[in-house]
Amino acid sequence: MPAKQKLVVIGNGMAPGRALEKLFEAAPDAFDVTIFNAETRTNYDRILLSPVLSGEKSFEDIVIHGDGWYERNGVTLLKGHKVVAIDRAAKTVTSERGIVAPYDKLLIATGSSPVIIPVPGHKLPGVLTYRDMDDVSAMMVAAQSGGAAVVIGGGLLGLEAAAGLKERGMNVTVLHLMPTLMERQLDPTAGHMLKRELESRGITVITEANTEEIIGEAYVEGVRLKDGRVIPAKLVVMAVGIRPNAALAREAGLEVGRGILVDPSMRTSDPDIYAVGECVEFNGSVYGLVAPLYEMAGVIAMGLSGREAAFVDSALATKLKVTGINLFSAGDFAEGEGRDEVVLRDARAGVYKRLVLQGNRMLGAVLYGDTGDGPWFFQMIREGTDVSDIRENLIFGPAFVGGGKADSGAAVSALPDTAEICGCNGVCKGKIVGAIQDGGLTSLDDVRAHTKASASCGSCTGLVEQLLTLTLGDGYNPAAVKPLCTCTDLSHADVRRLIVAKALKTVPDVMQALEWKSSGGCAKCKPALNYYLLSNWPGEYVDDYQSRFINERVHANIQKDGTYSVVPRMWGGMTSARELRAIADVVDKYDIPAVKCTGGQRIDMLGVKKEDLPGVWSDLNAAGMVSGHAYGKALRTVKTCVGTDWCRFGTQDSTGLGIRIEKFMWGSWTPAKVKMAVSGCPRNCAEATCKDVGVICVDSGYEIHFAGAAGLDIKGTEVLCHVPTEDLALETIVALTQLYREQGHYLERIYKWAKRVGIESIREAVVVDDENRAALYERFVYSQQFSQTDPWAERVDGKDAHEFAPMRHVSFREAAE
Amino acid sequence: MSGLWREVGTIGEIPAAGSRVVRTDAGDVAIFRTAQGAVHAIEDRCPHKAGPLSQGIVHGGRVTCPLHNWVIDLATGGVIGPDEGCVRTLPLRLDGERILLDFSVLVRRAA
Repeated sequence: MPAKQKLVVIGNGMAPGRALEKLFEAAPDAFDVTIFNAETRTNYDRILLSPVLSGEKSFEDIVIHGDGWYERNGVTLLKGHKVVAIDRAAKTVTSERGIVAPYDKLLIATGSSPVIIPVPGHKLPGVLTYRDMDDVSAMMVAAQSGGAAVVIGGGLLGLEAAAGLKERGMNVTVLHLMPTLMERQLDPTAGHMLKRELESRGITVITEANTEEIIGEAYVEGVRLKDGRVIPAKLVVMAVGIRPNAALAREAGLEVGRGILVDPSMRTSDPDIYAVGECVEFNGSVYGLVAPLYEMAGVIAMGLSGREAAFVDSALATKLKVTGINLFSAGDFAEGEGRDEVVLRDARAGVYKRLVLQGNRMLGAVLYGDTGDGPWFFQMIREGTDVSDIRENLIFGPAFVGGGKADSGAAVSALPDTAEICGCNGVCKGKIVGAIQDGGLTSLDDVRAHTKASASCGSCTGLVEQLLTLTLGDGYNPAAVKPLCTCTDLSHADVRRLIVAKALKTVPDVMQALEWKSSGGCAKCKPALNYYLLSNWPGEYVDDYQSRFINERVHANIQKDGTYSVVPRMWGGMTSARELRAIADVVDKYDIPAVKCTGGQRIDMLGVKKEDLPGVWSDLNAAGMVSGHAYGKALRTVKTCVGTDWCRFGTQDSTGLGIRIEKFMWGSWTPAKVKMAVSGCPRNCAEATCKDVGVICVDSGYEIHFAGAAGLDIKGTEVLCHVPTEDLALETIVALTQLYREQGHYLERIYKWAKRVGIESIREAVVVDDENRAALYERFVYSQQFSQTDPWAERVDGKDAHEFAPMRHVSFREAAE
Repeated sequence: MSGLWREVGTIGEIPAAGSRVVRTDAGDVAIFRTAQGAVHAIEDRCPHKAGPLSQGIVHGGRVTCPLHNWVIDLATGGVIGPDEGCVRTLPLRLDGERILLDFSVLVRRAA
């Protein structure tokens, strides 16, 4: 076998990340890859910094490649290593820390730096740029105490920063040098509409604003304009453009203009050195939007795997990622000799559309308010389609052009399979439709999990939903999966995310901040919110007793006649003469009509009167038994076989492990009930392979299973991993459960959660990523200190006594006489 | 004044957004106190399968039956659509903190 070639990558942003992804697909074993990354983070989605700033997403949500990805692909990632020199003769690179790495091929992806306007005061603390996660963190800290912020720059990034800071509660002023906002992407009309929209949200916009100086003594105090106006601010964000980082390449003697010069194959003036991303210059242009950068990445992957491809500088489309503002532009829409324009306005609906044509071809489009036809126009601009036949109705979109009547799906239906739907992840229509048909996908979350379409910025969500409708017809019912309940339009996922993002810590806070439509919620959302708050703020949130279903309020299961059933815990299904005797005594003493064995190896006493519950518990407590949580969205049971204690086939101490898991995990609340089992050998007498979490012991250790079901649905488990020791088995199961506690939707069993988020992502978080597993484990352990108190004993001691006694007895016998 | 009025307790004995049971020889009565502070008394018996409404989750001016999630309006006793039905309500009077109920609807039925 020939020795692998060495590929060294300088930079770890989105463009090289995509290039490597494509390379590993095309030629999995061709290169030994080493990445030098000046930042200490792994690859994350910079496009989504704005949703992080506004609180709609967390940093974890925007990570593209976690540590596990590098490990799986055999990539050596050197975090915090800045490359200071390239020696083209020796074919080596040298890092700041003195590491020298030889290369056969080198990929430069040094990105760009934000432009800083060198006005007086630009170095004061409180002056930030908007470029990376550190900037976002700094803005979030500044926004915590409110106050005024100035954003210099009314382009895409500046406006997203302004909207995010406003959302975080700051008073925001945008200063823009030009007469209209986003003048490179929008024509003046759309720019004005955007300005009005931002102003209606309470953001002040000053155009033709020329910054003279940033004022302040030790810290920023405001901005002075050339016309003398002073705008007070404790935070100034400069978002006025980017400049390619080409210094390293220039010092290595590569040809450099504004950026590193490349040919259509993305090679620099040295054929063994490629460059990609915001550091390159091609045909006189430098690039800041993700779509062309991803295209470059594809070209490089082809080149490295021995198949040449050429980068084409094609038209670009832009969307603004500010929730509630629909804005789309593509191509070249400047006025000019020989150019025609077609304009449609609907002032009441806030719609503006303008198409620019030259001869029979479309050059550009600007859409504001209604952007549904954007991809269709974009496709025609890119392909140079002859529009002479459809020109009359062109602006009304594909629904009218075809002569058919308008419906919402027509625009999407008219798109060819090659049309790009998701710009962030480069997913075309054909791939989405194919995945829906072949994979039996039925929901937006399914499509996101399987194709990544609309999984990043989400601005193509509407299009993906239309594709679902188009492909599945009545089989797609978005309403069935969407709102948490009728009190809100938000989904479970939205609510969970916003609880964290907005630091909401009580049920009324959530209902107020998320604009609940009912005054006090309903029987669906109250328990869900209570669970989300409890799992997100352990030790801080005070359980809202009245938000719980009766079973969890009185720690027993209500039966059809209003009596209750009581199931004491029997660790791992083991019991004793003493426990059985106590149970028999309780049954006699309280005249309990039925006693039954459950499927989870417990004993169930049925038909207990509510008033008798504290007495029953007191007697069971006295014999050493505690609540079995058979009534809760919680760890119910760990079923075991007798393992090496007794069985001639047993390979490990399955009973011991089951008891250990149960003693460690009992009392924790989960999105839905959790049933576990441990079998001592693959004969699987504990039926572990249809449980939420199951363990099959084998000679070499423990096979951990999860996501099984044997109720409404029947489903065998998935194998999560194999671990050699009991300690690691426990740690893995605990981490898995904690991940489920943090991500699961209320009442969503583990198998449904796993289907929604993808088995791989769970394996990544719990098995591959050791640090993350340890962190999940720690969070579980932390929350357990607040939940391992026997609720029965508490009530025997008098807690919630009013629950178990009528308020009054009233007799009418005498009155009736 | 006609009717069969009895004092059944004080407002403070009922948890907010919760309920208590008054046990009578003509059946149980559920007394609710909403989060907004209103107090209502209805028969503790869902028109669907006789579930104990006093054990349900109280939200706004309604309760959801713990057995099959029927939703009952506490002030009128009416079932919220799409299900249909009605629970008897009992006239209620507050005297400061004291709660008085008129049980005549129950007793007339029991007789």
